[in-house]
Amino acid sequence: MDKQFQWWPPQASNFAPPVDQLYLFLLAVTAFFTLLIFACIVYLALKYRRRRGRRPAPVQTNHLLEITWTAIPFALTLVMFFWASGLFVRMREPPADAMQIDVVAKQWMWKVQHPSGRREIDELHVPLGRPIKLDMTSEAVIHSFFLPAFRTKQDVVPGAYNIEWFTPTRVGEYHLFCAEYCGTQHSKMIGRVVVQTPAEYQAWVAGTGVDEAPAVVGARLFTQFQCNTCHGQRAPTLANLFGSTVKLSDGAAITADDNYLRESILAPRAKIVAGYQPLMPTYAGQLTEEQVMDLIAYIKSLHNQQP
Amino acid sequence: MTSIPYNPAFDERSHTYLNIDYGVRSWLLTTDHKRIAILYMLGITFFFFIGGAAAVLIRIELMTPAGDLLSDDTYNKMFTLHGVMMVFFFLIPSIPAVLGNFLIPLMLGARDLAFPRLNLMSWYLYMIGGAIALTALILGGVDTGWTFYTPYSSVYSNGYVVMTIVGIFLAGFSSILTGLNFIVTTHKMRAPGLYWTRLPLFIWSMYATSVMQVLGTPVVAITLTLVAIERLFHVGIFNPAWGGDPILFQHLFWFYSHPAVYIMVLPSMAVVSEIVACFSHQRVYGYIFVAFSSLAIALISFLVWGHHMFVSGQSTYASMIFSILSFMVAIPSAVKVFNWTATLYRGSVDLKTPMLYVLGFIGLFTLGGLTGLFLASIAVDVHVTDTYFIVAHFHYIMVGGAVSAYLGGIHFWWPKMTGKMYPEWWGRFAAFVLFIGFNLTFFPQFILGYLGMPRRYHAYAEEFQVLNVMSTAGASILAVGYLLPFCYLIWSLKYGKTAPANPFGAAGLEWQTTSPPPTLNFESTPIVEDEAYAYDKIEVPYD
Repeated sequence: MDKQFQWWPPQASNFAPPVDQLYLFLLAVTAFFTLLIFACIVYLALKYRRRRGRRPAPVQTNHLLEITWTAIPFALTLVMFFWASGLFVRMREPPADAMQIDVVAKQWMWKVQHPSGRREIDELHVPLGRPIKLDMTSEAVIHSFFLPAFRTKQDVVPGAYNIEWFTPTRVGEYHLFCAEYCGTQHSKMIGRVVVQTPAEYQAWVAGTGVDEAPAVVGARLFTQFQCNTCHGQRAPTLANLFGSTVKLSDGAAITADDNYLRESILAPRAKIVAGYQPLMPTYAGQLTEEQVMDLIAYIKSLHNQQP
Repeated sequence: MTSIPYNPAFDERSHTYLNIDYGVRSWLLTTDHKRIAILYMLGITFFFFIGGAAAVLIRIELMTPAGDLLSDDTYNKMFTLHGVMMVFFFLIPSIPAVLGNFLIPLMLGARDLAFPRLNLMSWYLYMIGGAIALTALILGGVDTGWTFYTPYSSVYSNGYVVMTIVGIFLAGFSSILTGLNFIVTTHKMRAPGLYWTRLPLFIWSMYATSVMQVLGTPVVAITLTLVAIERLFHVGIFNPAWGGDPILFQHLFWFYSHPAVYIMVLPSMAVVSEIVACFSHQRVYGYIFVAFSSLAIALISFLVWGHHMFVSGQSTYASMIFSILSFMVAIPSAVKVFNWTATLYRGSVDLKTPMLYVLGFIGLFTLGGLTGLFLASIAVDVHVTDTYFIVAHFHYIMVGGAVSAYLGGIHFWWPKMTGKMYPEWWGRFAAFVLFIGFNLTFFPQFILGYLGMPRRYHAYAEEFQVLNVMSTAGASILAVGYLLPFCYLIWSLKYGKTAPANPFGAAGLEWQTTSPPPTLNFESTPIVEDEAYAYDKIEVPYD
């Protein structure tokens, strides 16, 4: 992280160049119209300044002119809209092979856990060139995970999972800021993102070896909370559940994603699977956000298994 | 423009709304819209300087990267105080409650607003609301930010949230009642011959503002009430731990608070149209386009609230719809800017103080509006939202725009309101100081935002210091720009030249009565026979 003044933030993700291009286009449009209006005002104010003996001449409104200066901004904004929305759609759809890293925000720290199990606080290590998907939630209030060098930001909202994804494109250390006001130490809820070569990242991830993978912890919690006594018998099986379509008792069909699994653990009666009784008790208050994420990681790991 | 019979006795300032009575009671129990406007002016000036003092502390703190002058909590309370005072107790009431109150009956040729007692009650609601919010500040303050995002505000904040909300709630009702009063007055109390298409654009814009106040303000009042209910009784409305939805709050809050931006800006546009016409001695170019663009803004601005929530987790397609609508709301604003500029064409342009403020407004509003396009462009908004880019953008609109227009309007109608002229050269000097100070304060913040400095940061990374020091230097110039008019306008009350009825050669009914007007405004009800801005029938004043 450079402590010297700079005019332009570093470009360190796949989104930085396209966002900067759009920004430069917008800057050009802004500069053009600001200078145009400024020049017109100065020119007209001087040319038609009040002088004795010169009467102002009434001017009729020219409708063609009105239509022109309505249509040109309209067309320009359409260009901006399609350009920006197209890019935004890409920002919202992580590739299928993205590596998932879990983030839990607290007042006032970022807790991060990698798929291998390695945890870190207020830091995020990522390998160069690999698409990364952050699965994020918050324990109490709303935060926002902001990586200026990556041109990306996502609010981290309690009670739901929000996704942020990017591919790091430059090795180095960059700022991590909380961008949504979250109370007393909001401006101290900062850290850094460290982009490493894949080899360095592998070495880092293997570094301590004390943390267990989330799916392993989840499997233990699954037994500890006796989930296994019902699921598969009185309750739906969880094998191959993640990503599948679930039919609900009210006739609706939804995709079993992170938010659905989270809700089914913490508020099981919100959505009942067709053909089952609402027997499951709530686990709200019994599990931490990290434990819920571990359980979901375990359920995701039950892929391609026979029930 | 109209026929008001010349009456020598009437011209001798034998009785004006100011000297007809002198007691404190005659002010505090008045139902005269002009006196109530003066009461509002005193109120909003007081709250402006309180909000301004908080801004001074914020800017001094931000001169160094470390949070060393104020504690975290104090800093958070300062920016909350600044936002709450400036938005709810200064900007929203500023032009409508002061200039609107004073001018709407005069421009319509009426004797008062439709409901004079309701008007006085609105002022009391506003003052009581302000006093309650100020009490919350003195007792210990609030640290939620003026946006009161849940569940922080409704559960976790330790400040006097509920008391502040009660204050805003009362001020909100003042705003609703004022809007109602203006709407009814515009419909029912226009002078004979003053058809809708002959109304000054000031009235069109104030009318659009009033509709927004009446429709929008109840929503924020209810929303903040829900925050108070959740906070006091732990009913799960917004807090997910109690089964609520924190994003619901944002939808409800911005449903009002985005239109609220236009509640601040449309009245500025109202002032700009009048002043541009007067000092160009020319009808406003494209009258009907300017008039309907006000209504278009009022309508579309109710449909763009989701652009505050592009990174909240809102659905991608909802975001795209809010994005295109946000682009659309920029078009009528652009149309207005082009038409104001075209009004200068073949006019007789006099760069007096009000005109300087208004030309400053056009420049700053243009830049503020254009940077709004960056925020409507979703992919760029993802990067710059909640950074100093946003702070710079809305200060260009609200301070560069709304406050410049308010000061321009105060100078323009000062002779009418007080019967005294402001000192012209001091006025021009202050307008320049304000323009330069403003740009030096807020332009660096655009760059800071793109570099990634988040807003509401008490301490920040070292590489951001240069731009922050520039901004603080600009703020000290800006402060001089506000103190100058405050001083010389008060000075002019005693030492200013006596103002004639129409010092600037302006069209409009308010200039046809004396300065200051008598309590009932006109000796006899004027009859309107011309379109608005019939400048071809008025001699150009050379001086």
